[in-house]
Amino acid sequence: MGDTLITTTDAGFYCAAGDFYIDPWRPVARAVVTHAHADHARWGSAAYLVAEEGQRVFRTRLGPDAIIETLSYGAATQINGVRVSLHPAGHILGSAQVRVEHRGEVWVASGDYKIEPDATCTAFEPVRCDTFITEATFGLPIYRWRPQTEIFAEINAWWRANQAAGAASILYGYALGKAQRLLSGLDPAIGPICVHGALPKLTDDYRASGIDLPPTMRVSEQVRGFDWSRAMILAPPSAHGTPWMRRFGTAVTAFASGWMRIRGTRRRRAIDRGFVLSDHADWPGLLGAIAATGAGRVWVTHGYTAVLARYLAEHGLETHAVATRFDDDRGQSEEEQLVDATAEPQE
Amino acid sequence: MRAFAELYTALDETNKTGAKTDALVRYFQAAAPADAAWALYFLIGRRPRQAVPTARLRAWATEAAGLDDWLFGEAYDAVGDLAETVALVLPDPDGEERWTAAGVAGAVGVAGTQHAASVRIAGGGAVRDDLVGTPHAASLQVWVEQVLLPLRTLDEATQKAAVLAAWATLGGTARFVFNKLITGQFRIGVSQRLVTRALAQVSGVDGDSIAHRLMGEWTPAPLWYASLIAADTTDSDASRPYPFCLAHPLEAEPATLGDLVRWQVEWKWDGIRAQIVRRNGATYVWSRGEELVTERFPELAALGALFPDGTVIDGEALPFKDGVVLPFAQLQRRIGRKDLGKKILSDVPVILLVYDLIELAGKDVRDQPLAWRRAQLDALVTAIAPAADVAADALPVSGSIGLSPLVLATDWEDLARLRDTARDRNAEGFMLKLRESPYRVGRQRGDWWKWKVAPYTIDAVLINAQRGSGKRASLYTDYTFAVWDGDRLVPFAKAYSGLTDAEIREVDAFVRRNTTETFGPVRAVKPELVFELGFEGLQRSTRHKSGVAVRFPRILRRRLDKKIADADTLETIQALVPPV
Repeated sequence: MGDTLITTTDAGFYCAAGDFYIDPWRPVARAVVTHAHADHARWGSAAYLVAEEGQRVFRTRLGPDAIIETLSYGAATQINGVRVSLHPAGHILGSAQVRVEHRGEVWVASGDYKIEPDATCTAFEPVRCDTFITEATFGLPIYRWRPQTEIFAEINAWWRANQAAGAASILYGYALGKAQRLLSGLDPAIGPICVHGALPKLTDDYRASGIDLPPTMRVSEQVRGFDWSRAMILAPPSAHGTPWMRRFGTAVTAFASGWMRIRGTRRRRAIDRGFVLSDHADWPGLLGAIAATGAGRVWVTHGYTAVLARYLAEHGLETHAVATRFDDDRGQSEEEQLVDATAEPQE
Repeated sequence: MRAFAELYTALDETNKTGAKTDALVRYFQAAAPADAAWALYFLIGRRPRQAVPTARLRAWATEAAGLDDWLFGEAYDAVGDLAETVALVLPDPDGEERWTAAGVAGAVGVAGTQHAASVRIAGGGAVRDDLVGTPHAASLQVWVEQVLLPLRTLDEATQKAAVLAAWATLGGTARFVFNKLITGQFRIGVSQRLVTRALAQVSGVDGDSIAHRLMGEWTPAPLWYASLIAADTTDSDASRPYPFCLAHPLEAEPATLGDLVRWQVEWKWDGIRAQIVRRNGATYVWSRGEELVTERFPELAALGALFPDGTVIDGEALPFKDGVVLPFAQLQRRIGRKDLGKKILSDVPVILLVYDLIELAGKDVRDQPLAWRRAQLDALVTAIAPAADVAADALPVSGSIGLSPLVLATDWEDLARLRDTARDRNAEGFMLKLRESPYRVGRQRGDWWKWKVAPYTIDAVLINAQRGSGKRASLYTDYTFAVWDGDRLVPFAKAYSGLTDAEIREVDAFVRRNTTETFGPVRAVKPELVFELGFEGLQRSTRHKSGVAVRFPRILRRRLDKKIADADTLETIQALVPPV
C-alpha cells in the first residue's frame, strides 16, 4: 500500500502528500487527532489539529504546553496542498472523522464513532469518500444496542431500587465520554450524584463547552456520616475493588459498557450489574455507516478487524485489516483497561 | 416463564449469597407447584435428554439471523456459550414482550399434548393435577411440558418451526433461558445447597431433609413438589440414597488436628464413591454423581442381597484383581460401556470397599458417631463375608466386598511416613475422620479431611491455548503443555485451572501477542512460558502423542525463573510411570 494517499507506518496512519499523521502513537511533527482518548491522542507531537468542540478536553489531556489548532466541524484547511476537514463522529465531545482530499481522491478516517445521537456531543454524520478507514471495536453481529433512553431508564430504576434497599449505587464508566454521557441520563431528582476524583476536571470541561449536565459533588468532599445509600457514585472502572470503595458501606456495583452485552465479560469482573451502553457503533451501525460513505475500499482497524474485513470483502468491498499498537484482532484492550488505572479506555 | 426468566436475571446479576437466597425464596413462594418443580429441576443441574442437537440450533439461528456460518462461529468464539450466542444474534421480537407458549405449543402440535399427559402420569400427579387447574399458557410448566419435552420426538422440520416460533416470541433473557433449557448447564452460581436453603426457608422443613428428598430419581410434578416440602418426613421412595458426606482437603499440618487417637484413619482409594441401598428386597447402587449405576456394577448389585432389608452402605467401588487394587484407568475402561462383556468383567472385576453405614434396620443412623457406625458395619460385613485369610498388609477382600482397613500409627509423624507408601497401594493418601462425627450432608469443614500425597510435578511449556467458556469466555484459559522429546516439544497435558485471575490476564495477553498459528479456536503460541504442573497419577497411553496419560493435571505455578530449555523431558515423565 506504499502508494496510497494514506499509508500505515510504525507511527500510525500517514499522509505523505500532506506530511501529517492521523492519531499517531509516537511523537510526530504534525498530528491530526480524531478524539481525546489516550489510545488516539498521544503526547509529545509538535502540533495537533483537532475539532474545536473538543478543545478543552484535548487541552486537559495533552497538557498546557501542547500546540493545539482547532477546526470547526465541516470547515476545511489545507495542509501542504492537501484539503483536510473534520466531521462529527458522535463518539465523545469533540470526536471527529478526518476527511482528506487530494487530487480528487477522498479518504475518511473515522476514529471511533457512534451512530445514536446523545446529549454530550454533536451527532455522527456520514461523509462520502472513496476509501473509509473504519473502527471495528464491536464488529460482531452479537453487538446490537437498544435505545439509550431504555438503558437510562434501567439505570435510574436500579438506583431507586438500591436506595430502597439501603445500598449505595456505584456505577463504573470511563472517565472521558462515558461518565459524562451517563451523567446526562441520570435523574438528579432521585438523589445526590457524587463523582470519583478522576472525573471532575473532564466533567467541568464538558460543562464549559456548553454541555448541560446535572450537578455533581466529589466523593472526597463529603463529610463523615454522609448517607451514601441515597447516592449515585460515578467512577472509572479502575476504582473497582480498591480501598476507595470501603467508605460507601453497603453498595451495589454496575458497569456501563458495550462489553456488558456478553454475560461472561460481566461475571468475571465480579460486578453486580451490567448496562449495555456503548459510545461505539454496534454491528448494524458499522454496516450502515460504511454503506453510507459509498466507499469502494474500506480499511478496518481497532477491535474485530479481521471479522469485519472478511464480512465486507464477501459483500464486494475491497478491504484491508490494519493492525494497530493498541489491540490485536479482537478487543483485548478491554481487559487491560480495567486492570491498568492509568490507561484511558477506548470504550 | 417470565417469573423464571426474572429469577434467572436476579440470580445472575448479584454475587451476594444473601441476595440469591432472597430471589429464590421470592420465586418459590409465588410459583405454582408445577412451575416450582421444573425450576428446581433445572436449577440443581438436572436436565432432560437434549431435545434438539446443538448443531441444529446453531444452523437455524445462523439462518434466522441471516449470517454465514463462519460469522456465527466468530460470534460463538467471543461469547463462549451457544445458548447465549444464539440469543444475541437473533433479531429482537417485534413489539411488546410476549411470554405465552400457546403459539409455540401449536407448532409442536399433537405430539406435545400426548407427551405432557405422559409426564403427569410418570410423576404420579394425575389426580392432584386436576386440583391445580389448567396451567397458564405462559407458565414454565407449559413451556417445558408442551414445548421443550415434545420437541425431541418431532421430525426436524416441525422442530425447526417450533424453535423459530419460540425465538420469535421470547426476547432478551427469556430467549437465552429457553435455549439453556435445551442445552443444559445453567451455571448461574447457585449451588444445590443454596437452593436447598431457600426451600427450607419457604417450607419450614429442615435443609438436610430437603437435600435427602432431592436425591435419587424423581419426576418434577406438582405432587412431587408437594412431598418435597411436606412437613411429614416419612419417605416412600425405596431407591432413594442419602447425600454423601464429603471431605475437605487438609491444607494445614496434620498435627493441628490434635490427638491422633480421636481420628479414624483410612487409605483414600482412587475409585468411584458408591452407595448400596437395600430396601424391600431390591438393590440400588448409586454413584456420587447421583447416578443409578446398578447395572454397570453387577458385582455390587449382587452384594445387596447379602444385606438385610433397610441397609444403606457407603464405600468405594474399586477395580481389584489378584489381591491388588488396579489403577483408576482400568475402571474407566468399564465406566463408559453399556454392555459389559465377560472379558471386561473378568479383566477388571470391581469390588466395594466399605467404610460407612448410613441406614441400619430401616433406620437413618447418620446422627450416630462414626465409631458406633463403624462397629455396626464391621459386624454386618463380617457376618456376610468372613474375612479372607490374607497377608497382613493386603486388603481383607472376600468375594466382592471388603472393609476399608483402619490405618494404625503411633503419631502423626509415623502416619506421614506411611502416607509415602500410598502410591504403591494405588491409594491417593489418607482419609481422616473424627471418631465422634455424624454422617453429615455434603462438604462441611472439620470432621472429615482428605490428606493426599503430594502430587507429581513437572515443568512444561505452554504451546496451545483456547478460550474458556462461561465466566472465562473470551479469555484464553484452556492450555496445552508440552515437554521435550529430544529437540522437539510434544504435547503432554491439558490444564485449565490453577492460575489467579491476574495471571490468567497476563497469559491471555501473552497468547494474543504470540500466536504463531490458529487452528479453529486453538491458537498455537510461541514456546516461551514455563509452568509447573501437578498431577495425581500417570499411565501409558496409545492415544496420547507423548505415550503417557495423566490424571487430574492442573497448573501449580508459573515458573518465571525457568526458560523453555529447563522444562522436563519425556524420559523423566516416562520414568514415573509405574510398571504394569
